[in-house]
Amino acid sequence: MTTVSSASPSLEGADSRNRLFGPLPDVSADAGYEEDHPSRVGFFTDTSVCIGCKACEVACKEWNTLPMDDSNGVLGQMGMSGMSYDNTGQLGANSWRHVSFIEQSRSVDLPMPTIGMPGADRHDHGHDHGANAISPQADSVLSAQTSVLNAEALSEFDPQTSVTGGDGGTQIRWLMSSDVCKHCTHAGCLDVCPTGALFRTEFGTVVVQGDICNGCGYCVSACPYGVIDVRKDDGRAFKCTMCYDRLTDGLQPACATACPTQSIQFGDLDELQARADARLATLKSQGVETARLYGRDESDGVGGVGAFFLLLDEPEVYGLPPDPIVTTRDLPAMWKAAATGAAMIVGVVASSFLGRRR
Amino acid sequence: MTTPSSTSPDDAHLNGRSVDAGSTGNEPAGEAPLAAAAGGWHRAGGADLTQPKRRKRRKGGGGWGSGNREAAMVPDAEFSSYYGRQIVKTPTWKNPEVPLYLFLGGAAGTSSVLGALAEFTDRPTLARNAEYVAGAAALGSVVLLIDDLGRPERFLHMLRVFKPTSPLSVGSYILSPFSAFTSAAAGFRLLELAPLLKLGTKVLPFLPALARFFPGARKASAIAAAAFGGPMATYTAVLLSNTAAPSWHEVHTELPFVFAGSAMAAGGGITMALTPVAEAGPSRKTALTGVALELFMVNKVEHGHGLLSEPYHEGKAGTLMRAAKKATITGAAFTALLGRTRVGAVIGGTLLAAGSVMTRMGVFEAGIASTKDPKYIVIPQKERMAARKAGEAVAEDEARSVVR
Ligand code: SF4
Ligand code: SF4
Repeated sequence: MTTVSSASPSLEGADSRNRLFGPLPDVSADAGYEEDHPSRVGFFTDTSVCIGCKACEVACKEWNTLPMDDSNGVLGQMGMSGMSYDNTGQLGANSWRHVSFIEQSRSVDLPMPTIGMPGADRHDHGHDHGANAISPQADSVLSAQTSVLNAEALSEFDPQTSVTGGDGGTQIRWLMSSDVCKHCTHAGCLDVCPTGALFRTEFGTVVVQGDICNGCGYCVSACPYGVIDVRKDDGRAFKCTMCYDRLTDGLQPACATACPTQSIQFGDLDELQARADARLATLKSQGVETARLYGRDESDGVGGVGAFFLLLDEPEVYGLPPDPIVTTRDLPAMWKAAATGAAMIVGVVASSFLGRRR
Repeated sequence: MTTPSSTSPDDAHLNGRSVDAGSTGNEPAGEAPLAAAAGGWHRAGGADLTQPKRRKRRKGGGGWGSGNREAAMVPDAEFSSYYGRQIVKTPTWKNPEVPLYLFLGGAAGTSSVLGALAEFTDRPTLARNAEYVAGAAALGSVVLLIDDLGRPERFLHMLRVFKPTSPLSVGSYILSPFSAFTSAAAGFRLLELAPLLKLGTKVLPFLPALARFFPGARKASAIAAAAFGGPMATYTAVLLSNTAAPSWHEVHTELPFVFAGSAMAAGGGITMALTPVAEAGPSRKTALTGVALELFMVNKVEHGHGLLSEPYHEGKAGTLMRAAKKATITGAAFTALLGRTRVGAVIGGTLLAAGSVMTRMGVFEAGIASTKDPKYIVIPQKERMAARKAGEAVAEDEARSVVR
């Protein structure tokens, strides 16, 4: 009998408050890997350059041989969701990448003192930001990403922030975002899995072992993002593995490889975080006031995530929870209440035997 | 797959399209004044805000553009979502199997404690009935739990690790010994019956030789079972609360007491109904205390949590919770007033058990409902963020005044 929880040490002593939530500098070491484990990897999904091509979805389905389903997750069904170009609908057992589509408009003739036309001031600032965080000895993938991040061309043709159209001064933009399992620092799914099927890999990611899972479904209820689900005809839980099989062979995940715009960037998490900070600064300087990072903050409710995002609107607009908290953060309080309740039952029954007979 | 029912056209409508359909009667949100923070963007062709179901849209709430974003801080506010779709997944747990499991666990847990104590206070009939109830309900629990798995043949995988962070893991280590000891106690009792002993002797010829050990073994098993009885009744509350289902998680310090009360009402009620009134005093008292605890705690769950209490009132969950309350109160009245008559005890006990079943079903349904509407995720989480921000601002102010 072993303990294989991401947080079980917390219930055995030492700094109990901080092991169930909050920042965790080395998730793999916390899960019991030796010091020489690989560094934590992740995705930085920069939705500001996503063109909604769904190449990531297709690459994921192909590589992981995921069965087809409709936008409600019904296996073997095909159908239109009625939600814009999104017929995938949601993440689930059979969709490990999901590109969401939101068409938005706004009137441009209204006074907007602080906003301005996106990119209107890019000639003043565009060159100063973006690439500075990236190391000079970058490989070819990295330099391609660098050029995308820094390119003047990008803000010129940015499909999401500089399209003017419609009539009467109405401006249209598309928000597109490729959602994925967040590979949380404190993963609810992993904490609650009773069989140990879900585990933390040496790369710091969270993966289900198909030969262990017994389909209890607890992970499904515990994920604050609604990512993992049970596959109906199979009975077991499935979710993104960050292509664990490819990682162990030194390859990038299929989705990141397929993404034509570097919207999905794969790499060491700390490097991605630096890159994302730089990208956010660039966008802000270009006047994209609504840009923000989601999941980047390591002091948030799940201790930061391994797959984080740059969004152009509030998280809930993309179907993401605005302030997710890992459910096990409150577990000590729950066990305390349950133990008190259990003691109460014994106490009440025992005292009911006292006193007058009958 | 999220919701088995969401495949019906009706639900697809609710989940996906009603948002757009509902906003067609409103002025184009594009004409509303713009809020700077959102950059003035809103979903094209209609508002991007999701309206609370069955509530009238407020005047002037034309979207984020209305500059009315603080509106999200009041319970029936509008909020944004992705086509009105749910954010967290709906639990895949089977209904009514899992609520029944919660009920049986509670009834068995209380009965096991009653049985063990009855053994030593000269109440042979109560001891016998309580042990039979505990054994049967515990075995039923095991069957229901295994049946709920996607891969039932892998039930034993539950026991390959022990994880204090997983209530289901902890629960497996409670249920396994509990069901073993309760069925052992009930089994020894069955063997004390002459015909059954004869039957058993056909398979195991040495049984009669061991017969004199049966009472002792039975009592030992009953005590061992009782040690797991309390946890068996309340761990299931942690099972539900330790999820992302907002209306379960929100009440996580109260639900164990709801379940404790409900378990005492059920266990007390059932053993009271089966046992002659002369011996059933402890069952009656246990049941009545349980009812009081349950009603008190359910009231907290139903009224203490603003928007997240709502699922406990509405729809199927609300109907079940109200019916549960009626059955429980009527059952308690019968128990208190007529519990010392056989008829009164049977009616009271049956009503209490029914109330307990419906409470579990209502709680279960409420949590399920809270996963299906994104408002239960978005609005409380935005409130939480706003409160945190306000708190930080206050702290900063204080820090500044201290410096000064
Ligand atoms: S996003 Fe959900 S499924 Fe993915 S690691 Fe976090 S809790 Fe688990
Ligand atoms: S369904 Fe499988 S992966 Fe999910 S919690 Fe249960 S055993 Fe673990």
